[in-house]
Amino acid sequence: MVHSVLEARPQSDTASAQDVHVAAYRFMLLARLLDEKFAALYRAGKIHGGVFLGRGQEALSASIGISLKKSDVFAPLIRDAAGRLAFGETVLDAVRTYLGSALGPMRGRDGNVHRGKPQEGYLPMVSHLGAMISVVNGVLFARRFKGISGTVGATCIGDGATSTGSFHEALNQAAVEKLPLVLVVADNQYAYSTPTSRQFACDSLADKAAGYGVEVQTVDGTDLAACMKVLGEAVSRARKGGGPQLVVADLLRLCGHGEHDPSDYIDPKLKESPLGRDCIKVAEEFLLRQKWMAPSRIAMLRNELIHNIEEAVAQVQREPAPDPFTEEWKTISTKHLSEYEGS
Amino acid sequence: MSLTYLEAIREAQAHALRDDPRVFIYGQDVGSFGGAFKATKNLAQEFPGRVLDSPISEDAMIGMAVGAAIEGMRPIIEMQFADFSTVGFNQIVNQAATLFWRTKIPCPITVRLPFGGTSGSGPFHSQCIEAIYAHYPGLIVLTPATVEDAYAMLLEAVAIDDPVIFCEHKFLYYHLKAEKLPSEALPIGKARIAREGRDLTVVAYSAMVHEALEAAKELSTEGWEIEVVDLRSVKPLDTDTIVASVSRTGKLLCVGEAWPWGGVTAEIISRVTSEGFGLLDAPPQRLNAKDTPVPYHPNLWAAHRPTARSVAAAARNLLRS
Repeated sequence: MVHSVLEARPQSDTASAQDVHVAAYRFMLLARLLDEKFAALYRAGKIHGGVFLGRGQEALSASIGISLKKSDVFAPLIRDAAGRLAFGETVLDAVRTYLGSALGPMRGRDGNVHRGKPQEGYLPMVSHLGAMISVVNGVLFARRFKGISGTVGATCIGDGATSTGSFHEALNQAAVEKLPLVLVVADNQYAYSTPTSRQFACDSLADKAAGYGVEVQTVDGTDLAACMKVLGEAVSRARKGGGPQLVVADLLRLCGHGEHDPSDYIDPKLKESPLGRDCIKVAEEFLLRQKWMAPSRIAMLRNELIHNIEEAVAQVQREPAPDPFTEEWKTISTKHLSEYEGS
Repeated sequence: MSLTYLEAIREAQAHALRDDPRVFIYGQDVGSFGGAFKATKNLAQEFPGRVLDSPISEDAMIGMAVGAAIEGMRPIIEMQFADFSTVGFNQIVNQAATLFWRTKIPCPITVRLPFGGTSGSGPFHSQCIEAIYAHYPGLIVLTPATVEDAYAMLLEAVAIDDPVIFCEHKFLYYHLKAEKLPSEALPIGKARIAREGRDLTVVAYSAMVHEALEAAKELSTEGWEIEVVDLRSVKPLDTDTIVASVSRTGKLLCVGEAWPWGGVTAEIISRVTSEGFGLLDAPPQRLNAKDTPVPYHPNLWAAHRPTARSVAAAARNLLRS
């Protein structure tokens, strides 16, 4: 492992603006490079099932992950590679899940973006959209019940998930219980191929907040500095007892729904609009303008991260795959109540 | 002192709340109102902050329970009627039921489903949906038929580290009584011989156990001795006790209040024919509700579900075959 040119996460709450923005950018870039590696492995036929990228959402996602503390709760969605890494997921665990390693957190039982470590407050998503919101509510509710204060729970959805009953039920529930929930909506203009015009009829998804009695902020999801500010403030308000916070970020998905999807339905005008800016480039320009990073340092960082990813992939490719003959085919923890004993 | 099935459920919850600080109850109207059926009567007053009204949000109720379970709590969720649990179905079968298998983190939640038909309740307050939950891996599905089991099995359900679907029959709520609460009970996963007999095995669960027992009483006047097996738990299913009973009687009739397609009675017949084909002296039979929604009018409802009369008729046919 090469010595890192950067600290992964700023070490304290008092880290400088430079440190936190540079750290956030590092997670964005790591996520982008990791996603690109997964896409390459997918094209090479090395990944079972789908690959889902967060291209275009890294600034928003990293801002969420980095605004949370390790003791907080995070339930990311499919385009949150950056947020996962910023919250503390290792590249190794991400690669292990995509490649189905028996040593990964999901042990080959689940794959790709369905990964997490609930014991560390990092909840693994199910595929049903909006379903994780009330689960985060439950963790927050239990913490309050146990007298643990100061926890924030964050979860991410897209514009499509705002149409689900789960979203409605859970946001209302969080509001009724005044839970410290930060619900981040990445309005990336398409739910798979469906444009927002076929998804909702209000002007902005932020309009929904009033109906639930929760605070809302909107943010340009392509702008790291703006995302860091808005997410940092939302997390802080929730932590101080301000109740649920809705954050709606406008951006454009710069990839298909998954790597199987050529996404030729995306309106070229959107790609050319400010929504279509690549948040990585916007962040780099910002960091250079602030003189917080030099071009040479960005290049070094990129090389270092690529090296780390390649090392992780090489390691995981040598790891054992799950073995159906030693697999314990039981679903419940109370072994003696398992059906089909010995089958 | 005498105690109803419903009161036993209330007492079991009081016991669980008293004994285990991790237990809380969450559901519609369960707080100071005490629940639509009064299964949580006075519990909010006795255990402040631990018996909480939820919004009418079955999906979010179960999601909340799963999150709390991840955090080490032991939530009891009351669905106002089992029928409404279909709104929370996704969270039950995809979230709660897969959590341990995916992550090694147990999901100790108990979902109470007041279920089954009562006169005049109609299509949406009468359903028996135990089989659909039993179909999914990762759930334990309990169907107590007695006051004693309602109490003991609910206590055990709360103590189990896995999601439990606790099907409590509304028809049994008020008129089933016991003198006292049990101090011990069969463990979950064991069926009970509710009546011994030599001529025919009737396997039933929940309210149908009582219809089967009444039918057995009637048939005893005709000289037939019917053995009645009360499943207690439909998942896990105690195949051993059923097969042992069939080995004594040679004949099997399965009775379920649920709809006929697939389900618990079909599962039992499948297992007995696979594991005990040679024990059968006649083709095994089953009796279920009719394949329509549960009707409103008492005349229709009484003909829709199996009753002591239709169980006895089915048994006679089988005994004479």
